[in-house]
Amino acid sequence: MKRRIFGRGLVAGLGLAGLGLGGAAWATGAPAGAGAATGAGAATGAAAAGATAAASAATATTAALPVVASFSILGDLVQQVGGERVQLTQLIGPDSDAHVFQPRPAQARLVGQARLVFSNGLGFEGWMPRLLRSANFRGQHVVLSRGIEPLRNPGHGHRHGHGHGHGHAHDHGEHDPHAWQNVAHVRVYVRNIADALCAADAAGCDFYRQRAQAYDAVLAQLDAEIRAAWAPIEVAQRRVIVAHDAFAYYGQAYNVRFMAARGVSADSEPTARGIARLVQQIREERIRALFVENVTDPRLIEQIGRETGLRPAGRLYSDALSAPGGTAPSYVEMLRHNTQALTRAVAGI
Amino acid sequence: MAALGWLEPLWAFSFMQRALLGCVLLSLSAAPVGVFLMLRRMSLTGDAMAHAILPGAAVGFLISGLSLGAMTLGGIVAGLVVAVASGLVARSTVLREDTSLAAFYLLSLALGVLIISTYGSQVDLLHVLFGTVLALDDAALALLLGIALTTLLAMRLLYRALVLECLDPDFLRAHSPRWSALAHYGFLVLVVINLVAGFHALGTLMAVAIMVLPAAAARFWVRRIESLLWLAPVLALLCCVAGLLLSYHADWPTSPAIVLALGALWLLSMIFGRFGVWRQRSVSAVHLKG
Repeated sequence: MKRRIFGRGLVAGLGLAGLGLGGAAWATGAPAGAGAATGAGAATGAAAAGATAAASAATATTAALPVVASFSILGDLVQQVGGERVQLTQLIGPDSDAHVFQPRPAQARLVGQARLVFSNGLGFEGWMPRLLRSANFRGQHVVLSRGIEPLRNPGHGHRHGHGHGHGHAHDHGEHDPHAWQNVAHVRVYVRNIADALCAADAAGCDFYRQRAQAYDAVLAQLDAEIRAAWAPIEVAQRRVIVAHDAFAYYGQAYNVRFMAARGVSADSEPTARGIARLVQQIREERIRALFVENVTDPRLIEQIGRETGLRPAGRLYSDALSAPGGTAPSYVEMLRHNTQALTRAVAGI
Repeated sequence: MAALGWLEPLWAFSFMQRALLGCVLLSLSAAPVGVFLMLRRMSLTGDAMAHAILPGAAVGFLISGLSLGAMTLGGIVAGLVVAVASGLVARSTVLREDTSLAAFYLLSLALGVLIISTYGSQVDLLHVLFGTVLALDDAALALLLGIALTTLLAMRLLYRALVLECLDPDFLRAHSPRWSALAHYGFLVLVVINLVAGFHALGTLMAVAIMVLPAAAARFWVRRIESLLWLAPVLALLCCVAGLLLSYHADWPTSPAIVLALGALWLLSMIFGRFGVWRQRSVSAVHLKG
């Protein structure tokens, strides 16, 4: 009996049912093993973020607004806009994978006390509705991807490597959730954050708007930088192999073709066919750029490297920031790092 | 020729060749161990041991990252501690082996879950614990080879004691307690190292399948232990190849494809085997009349 429950936890962790079952396993009290590996990272990240926010809140004149962000990238965006007027908790910390997250009681308590909860939406945080209900959350749930045009998740059968984010759809449902990889979308996220903070804390509205505007200028410049970085590289040459299909939005925005060894979710199991297809594509199209990610197991990519004689060109940050002091501790630095790594690898520098 | 074309991916890609080699090694060593598991009515023990190994491998991963050595060592140590401790309890207290094993593996599992959730790491541990036969590198293949050689050698040396331990454990224990203990613990060591080998290739949950299912399928075709020991690895290998090809042609994840191929073979054997349902119907009718 124990085995079966644990097995189900593992299945949920594997992301076969990252949305429904993951939450269900947690709600029915299955062992926390499945997603706990990320949970722990989240806790330290959240604790660190909470500590810094609390420290800065002490200097603010009014009590800081308690808010929760689902994962590290959104956490950075919310902090950029909210500044010292918000006390931020991140559920999933740096270098941790949101696909297999399971909330812990302490986090549920923080969610229950929060005024605002920010999530990405598009099925990325499938566990969120359950968490909000069970944490008795009474504030406003803000879905940041509202207002962008989501890319569709192509249906089953196109599991691997057809470029432009053709991934397996079993985990995320209809849309590809990784919209933050396009800077233009993140500018919409930032507007949504400012609107929500204004609605919750009218006294600070001018403060939020001002910060959002300043950050928007940074993002606009980042967008221009990325375009400038890709400009000298021929479109036909812009082909990259990654571990999981998280870069479709980046690919769409900056005209780069990404092919993934696994499906959209970092934890869908690879198939022999998928790997063989990638190997053939690398050979036929002379692809030079092969990358591992911060949240996925590198062994599969290394195997593809051995088969084709390519060396992995470095590490990309897809679904999580690096820890402070790493190469991608903020959203802007993450995109800069990824762009630099990608353009160098593709150009063969 | 068409069939040959269907087999072609096996040698067209080096990752498929590696996967195939891994399957051969694993079939050679794990399937015979599975035969003894079955004969000793310990098939579920294999499953329990697989869970006992998981936390050890997790600790190995947390200490030194994606190191094959550390994860293997951790898994073997955790598995052996559980195996030996439950064996000792079974042989020296009122509790039987099944209960003491269940108690120890649950403790090991809980400890592992606690460790994983407290010290989570950046690459999600589950990706690491669920091996894939498509990502076997040289070091992993060398480990599989070592484990296969060790297993075959040990089975050769312990063969008589193992067989006796299956057929009449009380006799063996009464006449030679030393050989009895050696066969028992030696066998548990073989189970543990083969599960560790299996988890690099198939993942902990699926590693048990390549032990239990070929032996169970072979039992529907042959009776003698020697025949079982020959047939089980052959069946295991056939199913591994079928699973790999299925994963290639149907675009299915590899580990489940292999295990489902094993399962399908088992079901077919149960129905059509020499000692299966179909052929034995007439026999049992006679028995009922008599």
